[in-house]
Amino acid sequence: MSALLEVDDLGKRFGGLQAVGSLSFAVKEGEILGLIGPNGAGKSTVFNLINGVFAPDSGRVGFRGADITGQPPYRVARLGLARTHQIVQPFAGMTVLENCTVGACFGRENLPLARARAAAREAAVLVGLGDRLDAPALHLTIAGKKRLELARALSARPALLMLDEVLAGLNPTEVARMIDIVRAIRESGVAILMIEHLMQAIMSLSDHIVVLNSGRKLSEGPPAQVASDPAVVEAYLGDPGLVQGRGR
Amino acid sequence: MIVRRPFFWIIGLAILVFAAAPLGKDVELRESLLLAAVYITLASNLNLMLGYAGYVNFGSIVFFGLGGYFCVYCMGSLGWGLGPSLLVGGVSVSLLSLLFGLGILRLRGVHFALATIGVNEAVMAFVTNFQPWGGSTGIYLSTGLFQPLGGPAQALWTIYYLLVAVMGLSLYLSYFVKSSKFGVGLLAIGQNEDAAAVLGVPAPRYKALAYSASALLPAIAGGLYFFKGAFIQPADAFDLTLSTEAIVITMLGGQGTIFGPALGAYLYEELRGWLLTSPTFSNFQLVVAGVLLLLIVQFAPGGLMGMFYRRWPRLKRFLE
Repeated sequence: MSALLEVDDLGKRFGGLQAVGSLSFAVKEGEILGLIGPNGAGKSTVFNLINGVFAPDSGRVGFRGADITGQPPYRVARLGLARTHQIVQPFAGMTVLENCTVGACFGRENLPLARARAAAREAAVLVGLGDRLDAPALHLTIAGKKRLELARALSARPALLMLDEVLAGLNPTEVARMIDIVRAIRESGVAILMIEHLMQAIMSLSDHIVVLNSGRKLSEGPPAQVASDPAVVEAYLGDPGLVQGRGR
Repeated sequence: MIVRRPFFWIIGLAILVFAAAPLGKDVELRESLLLAAVYITLASNLNLMLGYAGYVNFGSIVFFGLGGYFCVYCMGSLGWGLGPSLLVGGVSVSLLSLLFGLGILRLRGVHFALATIGVNEAVMAFVTNFQPWGGSTGIYLSTGLFQPLGGPAQALWTIYYLLVAVMGLSLYLSYFVKSSKFGVGLLAIGQNEDAAAVLGVPAPRYKALAYSASALLPAIAGGLYFFKGAFIQPADAFDLTLSTEAIVITMLGGQGTIFGPALGAYLYEELRGWLLTSPTFSNFQLVVAGVLLLLIVQFAPGGLMGMFYRRWPRLKRFLE
């Protein structure tokens, strides 16, 4: 079985900083792959290189058999790759439903407007925003905006969903709800690539984990194996996040 | 269906009012409404970029002026009729704008706004030195060209009705864009262009298309306007004052709404008429427009429509 997303020898340099270097990994159909690493390890940059916000200096990104290296974000989205942002980016002046409609209109299925609204409504209900459909995005709480990010990405009915710290900044109840939502999305057949600092959450959700440090792959494998890898423990020493199981 | 929504018929009603009001040969009212129709056309099309896509076009008058030149040249020098001249003018200017747009739409915010002024100034400089179009002295049309339309008096009525039609088309264009997927994409670009692109909105293509579409009807209006005056010269055709007024009008009525630019244009034209005839404020109109713009941006960024919607939220269903 070929992989859904293949990242091959990816590299990106910002001035003197090698943000990502010779990184390779693959996401299989239907799996959750966790991308972890200390702050500044280059995780969000990897997302930006995959979906075309930045063009990589070297390497190749393949998605569903097509080469998407350096393609603009809107073309990558159309192929069925959706993402959320670590710092939420809602269309503040639009309602929840309108926000999600944008995702549904221009996503993988390229839906006409009326059907896009239905898909948008479905996605908003799935993440628990069903009672806030007509609320301006501006008025949502942080947890609400995080959920909107997810709903908007989901409206596109993607084949692969990239989640950038959807749990950060949520309280324990909200985290538990969000974890259930992520599981439900996977159950529906969508593969997920997620960045997360909450170790307990990512260890229990992921099928497979890739650890990044200074832009390079430090370790890779099933959660239990990665957690006991001495190189990983060493990279995280001094980072209380791992020990206490809390983010940052 | 779009046709079943009340607003579709409200636009139709507005067109009828414009068409019927000056019947009974009220020439003074007709001239005032003609100017209002020009303002509505300019503002409504400007709104496609300013209100929907969030791009401030300070040089939108270049469409109007170039459209005027194409039309006047086709009629005066090539001997074409009014209809083909208007159409060729509109389509040519729209295609030219697509080229300009592909160039300057890589810029954002203030840089884009400055570039639009640059486009207008560059075109004006070109036309001023372009002898086939009369250079800096411009082109005069023979009044004989009014004959096929039934003489000057009748021709003015015909021009008025054509302008009202162009105004109506502008409002319907605005309406169809806003109710389409294209409009959803433009509004998303206006809110947050990077996030829109990540969600799959083909931003460069949509912006260029919107810019080009916003040129078509102003160019045709320009053709009618300068045919009516039987004279065109660079200083009138590419006058940034009118561009600025179109921005004030759009902001006053409510950017991003369909009805707002029309309401703003009508009120602005009334205000302008009053200021021009009032002995104290004559030649003061641009100062008032400037102050007005400052006040709107500072205190009511949603314009009049924004204020109405806040006061009567249910109004949104009828007046879009």
